[in-house]
Amino acid sequence: MMFSSFMLKSKKAIRTIAIGGLLVVLIANILEMSGTVFFKIDVKGMIAFDRFGYLFNSIILASTLIYFLLSAKDMEKVGLNYGEYFALIFFVLCGITLVSSFHSLLILFLGIEIISIPLYILTGSDKKNLKSNEASLKYFLLGAFSTGLMLMGIALIYGSTGTFSTADNVINLSKPSALLIGGMLLLMFSMSFKVSAAPFHFWTPDVYDGAPTVFTSFMATIVKLAAFIAFIRLFYDAFGNIQTQWRLLIALITALTLLIGNITAVFQQSVKRMLAYSSISQAGFMMLAIFAMNTEAKEGLLLYAAAYCLATIGIFAVLVKLKDYSFEGFNGFATHQPVLAAVTTIFLLSLAGIPLTAGFLAKFYMLMAAAETGKYLWLVIFAVLMAVVSVYYYFRVIQAMYFKTGEEQPLEITSVFKWMLVVLAALVILLGIYPKLILYWLYF
Amino acid sequence: MIPVLLIVIPLLSGLTSFFLRNEKTVRSSALFFSFITLVISVLGLTVFKNSSELQFQASWMGSIGSSFSIKLDGMGQLLCLLTALAFPLVFISTWNSQYKKANNFFALMLLMQAGLMGVFLAMDALLFYFFWELALIPAYFLCSQWGGERRIAVTFKFFIYTFTGSVLMLVGIIYLYLQTPDRSFDISSFYKLSISGKDQLWLFWLMFVAFAIKMPIWPLHTWQPDTYEESSTAVTMILSGVMVKMGVFGMIRWLMPVLPVAFFQWGDTATWFSIIGMIYASLIAIRQNDLKRLIAYSSIAHIGLMSAALFSETQSGTQGVMIQMFNHGINIIGLWIVAELIERQFGTRKISELGGLAQRSPALAILLVIVALANIGLPLTNGFIGEFMMFNGIFASGVTQYYIVFTVSAGITIILAAVYTLNMIQKVFYGNSNSLTAPGYGMHINEKIALGIIVVFVFVIGVYPKIFLDITRETSEYILRQADVSTFLKR
Repeated sequence: MMFSSFMLKSKKAIRTIAIGGLLVVLIANILEMSGTVFFKIDVKGMIAFDRFGYLFNSIILASTLIYFLLSAKDMEKVGLNYGEYFALIFFVLCGITLVSSFHSLLILFLGIEIISIPLYILTGSDKKNLKSNEASLKYFLLGAFSTGLMLMGIALIYGSTGTFSTADNVINLSKPSALLIGGMLLLMFSMSFKVSAAPFHFWTPDVYDGAPTVFTSFMATIVKLAAFIAFIRLFYDAFGNIQTQWRLLIALITALTLLIGNITAVFQQSVKRMLAYSSISQAGFMMLAIFAMNTEAKEGLLLYAAAYCLATIGIFAVLVKLKDYSFEGFNGFATHQPVLAAVTTIFLLSLAGIPLTAGFLAKFYMLMAAAETGKYLWLVIFAVLMAVVSVYYYFRVIQAMYFKTGEEQPLEITSVFKWMLVVLAALVILLGIYPKLILYWLYF
Repeated sequence: MIPVLLIVIPLLSGLTSFFLRNEKTVRSSALFFSFITLVISVLGLTVFKNSSELQFQASWMGSIGSSFSIKLDGMGQLLCLLTALAFPLVFISTWNSQYKKANNFFALMLLMQAGLMGVFLAMDALLFYFFWELALIPAYFLCSQWGGERRIAVTFKFFIYTFTGSVLMLVGIIYLYLQTPDRSFDISSFYKLSISGKDQLWLFWLMFVAFAIKMPIWPLHTWQPDTYEESSTAVTMILSGVMVKMGVFGMIRWLMPVLPVAFFQWGDTATWFSIIGMIYASLIAIRQNDLKRLIAYSSIAHIGLMSAALFSETQSGTQGVMIQMFNHGINIIGLWIVAELIERQFGTRKISELGGLAQRSPALAILLVIVALANIGLPLTNGFIGEFMMFNGIFASGVTQYYIVFTVSAGITIILAAVYTLNMIQKVFYGNSNSLTAPGYGMHINEKIALGIIVVFVFVIGVYPKIFLDITRETSEYILRQADVSTFLKR
């Protein structure tokens, strides 16, 4: 992929190679999930691929494929290094695979770094734009800082348990030492940074807003979910047994994330920034899975991954085509582009959590998982009330599209693009009625 | 099969209506399909009574214990009949109204019908929630796109208000589901729940808030008058004729039998809210100058009476509520039909600007007076049957010590209802006509048919309510047995 930028001048060829390569990886993943083994490498127990990891990988790869199909042409506008962008995205995917199946803290660190570094570059890839440069530097500095925290946490945990492995239930002490708790807290904070949970979310709006919109789409969906999988794997495998220690803290972080994410999103004037804050509030909902830590939580997180990715990639795909990112830019969109307006509405309804969409079932699973723990029911009620707040800013876009009139903005859209979005919207609704499509594979 | 058809026919005809370009075609097809739904509903009531055709079950999300289970029981039959009847009535009576993008309008109306049917048919809590929200989305688009000037902001308030109640209900449903012994959302599992009294007390409010917002009950009613005023009248007919019944229905099927202890404990509080709402709304209705707002406030008063009767937990009261749901539905649609044609013909809804319509439009006056008297509950009309049974229930209630106060307050409300209704009739139809109303109004044939149908129902049910009493008896007895606290405590 990397070398294609030297060898190929044709943008179309680069695109085709990227999509083709991704398809190959996706198919390989699905085949491995059903049992075929391609390579046998001794990883010394540091990585282990289970159903959950495979399924998550498939969702991520499929989402990236959809992302490529929808937005690959828009990446051309960002800068000159077309082939490199795809290469960097593939590197990120590699990191995601590591992070979804790690059994060793070292691999976690490796995976997170492999994800983050290409992203710093992608954020700043619009070299002429000052905001992009600023976003990239901000991301790099804060990301490096949080990785430093993670390393410190890993070191402390190694110090108290003597191993990097997260698999062997080594952390099973009824009275965990201060060293262990310290390490766990540092890991929790650094992971919260990566998933942009409050109060570690301050980098997100600026970075998402400054990055070129195509890459924001990638970061807000696929990367965020990868971080969540890392988070849940870490805490499920490693710290699952000392849950009482950290459950209240996670509940507080969740509540704070929901509160800050939703309330600030209400006041945004730019749809892009609103989507950045909405990703924070969606992260809050996903944190409920970490709070709950049971089977429904895992199923719910997978469903949430699929629902959130599909809907957000779809919305960003439409947003990228517009010149004006404010809410007023959407005025009268329904009269000019009825099909696009309809699919955008479906995506927004899914993000808001209206039944019949995948987003509703995802939120429902999260609420069910959280209620099942039997603790802190106030968190569940708080989460739904914040979901009501989210309706306000999602529906602002719908209202602008359908009920206000505005000038027509010229858009370069092919009918293939429209059809892909229609298929995406249909998938969102299909998942909303029949979530078994995804959840089935978790067990078979 | 029957319940499936009741949902699928409006759903499919709604979806296809989006693609019909010709306004006349879409109007006729909407009427045609809603008529078919009506026929099916009547078949379910008569020919297929007590047959296995009345229920349908399919697996849906078995892993979490939710199935696509729908059934027509006695109360469901009545409410589905109301829904099936309301839409053709609305379409017939608004035949002459012009709508921009009519295909979207009728499509959304039919989709709303599908959602409403689903609410009344669902026997699975998650499915119930699904349809509850699904009925709301078309309503949001309908109220925002067609209507008065302030409609966008008003509908947004309506949506967020109702949505808040709905998600709180969702939390309640999830919690109840987690307590069921067999981890299922099915209504039979919910009826077998035995939740501790303490937990029931706060669970009650989660569920009740959703229903109270929908009905609406004071003090959660502030969305209603604005929304009814600003929406296009056809939509208002469905909102007040059918959609508010979702709230009452939800209380009967999903609240009373599931949380009997809390229902009993909070009964007095809830009844006080209902009574205050009734009197407050009636007093405001008397002072209203706008025809639509007057009808809106009168609706709050009537629903308040239904809510109070429910909390009396008597056979007479519960059955009366079930029957009155149907009666109020068609009566209020009748009133809205008249309000709509007055606005369309004379361009104003203000009572002060109207007068003397009866001189030139005797047919309209007669039909309106009959419907209005039915609304007040005059004997010989259907309203009387429902109201008498509800009064009887409240007075005979064994669960509250305030039954006399409640009955007397409800009686005062009826008197107030007579005041504002007759006042409105007098000012609008009798008295001197002015320049605006002098030409009078020749009723179109479609309006005569619609109002005529309603009047027929008014008298038939008013004189011979046995059919409805029979339909609802078994269901109300069953619900009351479930809701009986002493049997519950033995579970």
